[in-house]
Amino acid sequence: MPAFKIDDQEVEFIPGQSVMQAALAADIYIPHLCFHEDFKAHGSCRICLVMQNGRYLSACTIPAVEGMDIINIRDDVQEQRKQLLELLFIEGNHVCPSCEKSGSCSLQSVAEFCGLLSPSLPFMYPNRSVDASHADFLLDFNRCILCELCVRASRDVDGKSVFGISGRGSNAHLVVNSADGKLVSSSFEKTDRAASICPVGVILPKHRGFKVPIGKREFDVTAINERRENDAG
Amino acid sequence: MPDKIKIATTSLAGCFGCHMSLLDIDEKFIDLVELVEFDRSPLTDIKKISDCDIGLVEGAVANSENVEVLRDFRKHCKTLIAVGACALNGGIPAMRNHFTLQECLEESYVDGMGLDNPGIPDDAELPMILNRVYPVQQVVKVDYVLPGCPPPAEMIWNVLSALLEGREPVINARDIHYD
Ligand code: SF4
Ligand code: SF4
Repeated sequence: MPAFKIDDQEVEFIPGQSVMQAALAADIYIPHLCFHEDFKAHGSCRICLVMQNGRYLSACTIPAVEGMDIINIRDDVQEQRKQLLELLFIEGNHVCPSCEKSGSCSLQSVAEFCGLLSPSLPFMYPNRSVDASHADFLLDFNRCILCELCVRASRDVDGKSVFGISGRGSNAHLVVNSADGKLVSSSFEKTDRAASICPVGVILPKHRGFKVPIGKREFDVTAINERRENDAG
Repeated sequence: MPDKIKIATTSLAGCFGCHMSLLDIDEKFIDLVELVEFDRSPLTDIKKISDCDIGLVEGAVANSENVEVLRDFRKHCKTLIAVGACALNGGIPAMRNHFTLQECLEESYVDGMGLDNPGIPDDAELPMILNRVYPVQQVVKVDYVLPGCPPPAEMIWNVLSALLEGREPVINARDIHYD
């Protein structure tokens, strides 16, 4: 089997696998947010950047090549990730202490793993709404990181395209595909793949709030980098 | 005997939860008071800060009094530590940033439930409320930030004891929690 290196560790791969896929198969954690094993790589969050031959590349979109010498966990690489994570925090409204996703949130856990202590940029405090129209699910747009996992899940698995991203640049935001833009008027159902895919606290089931106390949640028990795969949901 | 290390603490727009977490270091607090002297702090009820080695600031910046206290802390403390989620990103108090100040005041003092004598308070003694709630590091330079709501007692102790011993504090990734 062909092989390459991640942080000096030998990793075998099947031709066609991305660096991320090969790493996951070898139980090596590369921090990531928009990547999910079940879906085609999106390459948008850039958190999985690694260094290869002096250049930053996103591990989820580059194919593994024999002889690569990848740097994953090193201070300078983590520093780049921290800056990207910081942008995600300041562009949204992330009040972890009052968020139902806290403790099982990938953004939070990846940021903690990368050692993000405090942002250095001013917070934007954007004005975003909440959609509580659906009987079973709540949408809190304040926390969306535009990873498009819900977009991919709804379109590619559920065959519905309930979610989409509209606007450009800092105006990019999640929208619901229905006449009035409300979740209740869309074809969204609680059994959809899209209902359980959001890595942060946007698409949340109702009637379950704080069932698991903070401190006893998924990543409180096992850190995100210690899990075998990142199946947020 | 060398002078004791002086520590000041304050809660701006916070809930005193971070101070409670400091008290949660339990019996280590006895070691701490052996090593340090508390200057301005809710624990001493001293109202005016003098020159200190370490300042611990909990809470966000929401009114003119918070700004004054925070600037005073920065001026008098060699090392300033922002403690907790509200100090770090505004936290729960900053959730009002999505509304205008007028809306917030009306919701509380004019349209609020069970009001006896509705009307926005305007006593000259009251500090002016800022248009927005700001995190501490957006108003003054901060030397260290301890995330958490509140940061665990262990983390506060680790950082304080490192500083007291003249070591650079190290916060392990696994000890970082934003909630
Ligand atoms: S989505 Fe994650 S990072 Fe954002 S507030 Fe919730 S727990 Fe915190
Ligand atoms: S709602 Fe969640 S899954 Fe969808 S784009 Fe936003 S963060 Fe990603």
